[in-house]
Amino acid sequence: MQPFTTLSAVVVPLPMANVDTDQIIPARFMRKSRSDGYGDYLLRDVRFDDHGRPRGGIALDDDAYAGARIMVAGRNFGGGSSREAAVYALVDFGLRCVIAPSFGDIFTNNAVKNGLLPARVDGAVAEQLIAATEARPGRSITVDLPTQTIDLDGLKLPFDVLPNHKTQLIEGRDDIDLTLRHRQEIADWVAFDRARRPWAPPNSQ
Amino acid sequence: MTSGRPLTLFDKLWRSHDILGEDEDHILLWIDRHFVHEGSFHAFDKLKARQGSVSRPDLTFAIADHYVPTRERRKGAADPDVARMIDQLAENAAAHGLQMFGLDNPRQGIVHVVGPEQGLTLPGLSIVCGDSHTATHGAFGALAFGIGASDVSHVLATQTLWQRRPKPMRITVDGDLADGIGAKDVILSIIARIGANGAAGHAVEYDGSTIRSLSMAGRMTLCNMTIEAGARFGMVAPDETTFAYLAGRPFAPKGPLFERAVEDWRQLASEEGAAFDAAIALDAAEIAPIVTWGISPEDALPITESVPTPASATTEEQSRHLELALDYMDLRPGMPLESIPIDHVFIGSCTNARIEDLRSAASVLSGRRAKVPGLVSPGSQAVKRQAEEEGLDRIFAAAGLEWVDSGCSMCVSMNGDIVPPGVRCASTTNRNFRGRQGPGARTHLMSPAMVAAAAVAGHLADVRPMLAGRGGK
Repeated sequence: MQPFTTLSAVVVPLPMANVDTDQIIPARFMRKSRSDGYGDYLLRDVRFDDHGRPRGGIALDDDAYAGARIMVAGRNFGGGSSREAAVYALVDFGLRCVIAPSFGDIFTNNAVKNGLLPARVDGAVAEQLIAATEARPGRSITVDLPTQTIDLDGLKLPFDVLPNHKTQLIEGRDDIDLTLRHRQEIADWVAFDRARRPWAPPNSQ
Repeated sequence: MTSGRPLTLFDKLWRSHDILGEDEDHILLWIDRHFVHEGSFHAFDKLKARQGSVSRPDLTFAIADHYVPTRERRKGAADPDVARMIDQLAENAAAHGLQMFGLDNPRQGIVHVVGPEQGLTLPGLSIVCGDSHTATHGAFGALAFGIGASDVSHVLATQTLWQRRPKPMRITVDGDLADGIGAKDVILSIIARIGANGAAGHAVEYDGSTIRSLSMAGRMTLCNMTIEAGARFGMVAPDETTFAYLAGRPFAPKGPLFERAVEDWRQLASEEGAAFDAAIALDAAEIAPIVTWGISPEDALPITESVPTPASATTEEQSRHLELALDYMDLRPGMPLESIPIDHVFIGSCTNARIEDLRSAASVLSGRRAKVPGLVSPGSQAVKRQAEEEGLDRIFAAAGLEWVDSGCSMCVSMNGDIVPPGVRCASTTNRNFRGRQGPGARTHLMSPAMVAAAAVAGHLADVRPMLAGRGGK
C-alpha cells in the first residue's frame, strides 16, 4: 500500500450529503476485475445520464478541476453498502483524500486499507472549503497527515483521523503481515477458547 | 459475570473475542463465522496474490445470493457475466474446501436468512461477511458486522480481524405496537429520528418490552437496518425466544452441549447499571406505519403525513438534500404521502423475506388483487418451501404478483431483477438510494404489510383500514 504523508493537489467539491457507496460505484460495474480499473465508474449515474452523456454541473467533469487528487464532500460520505469497490473507484480516478464532516464506518476502514485518507472536519470547515473551491476552481490545498491540518492559502484547518488509521496510512502497513507475526498468541487463544466455549464450532455435538 | 463495573451485552461479546491489542483503537478479534458470497471475489484475488490459503475453511461458508437468478434457475443465469460471478464463487469454495450453498442446494438463500435458519448463527459468536447487512445476525446476541474486501481477505488468511472498539449505544422501545405495525416501522422511525449516520461509531443494543415481544424475524429486521442509521453493529440480548428458535437447527449445538450453551448465553444480557455512551427511547404507541419518500432511509415519515417542503430545511445542506430528493423522486412538496401512485412492488431481501414477512404481506393480499405488477422473492429456498406448504404462493399469484426463487434480487438488482428508470417501486428492502434498484428507479421503503397495501391501492396507503377483520401484523 502506498504511504500517505503530505499531499498538495487540486481539490474538487462534491457538495452533497449522504453520497452512499451505491452512488460512488453502481452495482452493475462491480463484476469487473480490479486490474481493468474502476475510475471510469466513479459516481457514474450522478455524472452521466442513461445515454452516457455528462449531466453537467458536476465539478468532477469540469476541466477546471483536472488532475484533482482531493475531494471535499457533505456529511455521511460513503455510507451504506460495504463494497470496497467504492474506494477502488475513487483511488483509480486519482483521488488520495476525501474531506467530509462524517463518513460511513465501513467506508473509512476500506479507504485506509487502500491508502485513501478520510479526513473528518467540522461541518463549517467543509462548507468553507467547498465555497473556497467553487470561488476559485482548480485551486490547490495541502493536506498534512502528521500534523492533521489542511492548508488553505496559509489558513490552517484541523482535521480528525483515528490514531491507528493515521499510523497505518503513514506507514503503508499490511495488516496480514502484522497479524501473522502473532501466530503463536492466536494459537494459544484458540486452545483456551475451545475449552471455554465448546459449543462454538458449527454442528458441535 | 465479573466484578467491577457492570457490563453491556456488547462489552461481553467484545471481551470474549479479544485476542490481543494495546489500545481500544486496534484490537485483534477472533472470528467464529465467516460468510462469503459472489462479491467476495476481490478478497479471494487478494489472497491468491499473496499465495495465501484459507486459515479455517471449517468456519467459512460460501453462499450464492447477490447474483443468483430468481427465474428458471435450472438454466443458470442468462447473462454470462452474471453466471461467471456464481461460477467464480463455486471455484473459490472448491479450491479452499469451503462448504458451498450454491444454486442447486436446497439450503440456498440470502446469507442473512440462511445463517440463522441453519443454526450457523448463534448467540455469543463473532460473525463477519463482506456485506453491510451482517448486523442482522446480532438479533441472536452475536457480534456481527459487515466488512470490506481487504478485511475479508484478512479473515480468510487469519480468521481474525483488527478492529476499533465501537461505543455502546442503547435504543429502548417500550409498549405495544398496534395491529399492522412491526419491526420495519420501528427501525424506520429510529432512523428518521437519529439520521442516516446518527449511530456511526456505535454498537447498538435494542432493548425494551417491544423488542422482547418481537419474533426472531422481527429482531432480525431491526438489527439488519442498523447500518442505515450508520452503525455496523446491532444486537438484541438472547432470551427464550432465541433459544426456542435455535433448538434443533442443523448446525446448532446438539444434546447436552446445547443445554450448556444456553446456560452461557443467558449470561450475555447487559447488567443492571451498565453504562452506554448514548441512549434513546421510543414509545411503541407513537409508532405509525412508516414509508420513505426520499433518497436516504432517514427520509422517512408516517404514512398519514405529507412530502416535506424545502422551506422546512434548517441548514443549507439539508435544503440541497431536499431539492435533490424531490427532483429524483419526482414529488411535489406538500403532497400527501397517500396520494403517491406506484408502478411496481417488491417483497424480498435480507430485511423482510422471512416466512413471517411473507405471511404478513399475504394476510393483506388474500382475496384481493394488486393494481400493479410485482415480484415476491423469499429469503431462502427453505422459506419458499414453507410458504408453498402454507399456500402463500397461491395468495400472491391470485393477487397478480410473481412468485420466484430466493436471492438478493431487486433489492440490489445485480442479478438483472431491475426496476426500470422512472418507475416507482414500493419495496420491503433496506435502501432507497438513487439507482439502488436500477438506474433512475424510485424506491419507497416500507414493511411487507405496507407494500401489500400499496399493491392493492395502487398508491402508497395505510394498511390499518385493510386489516379490519383480519389477523396478523
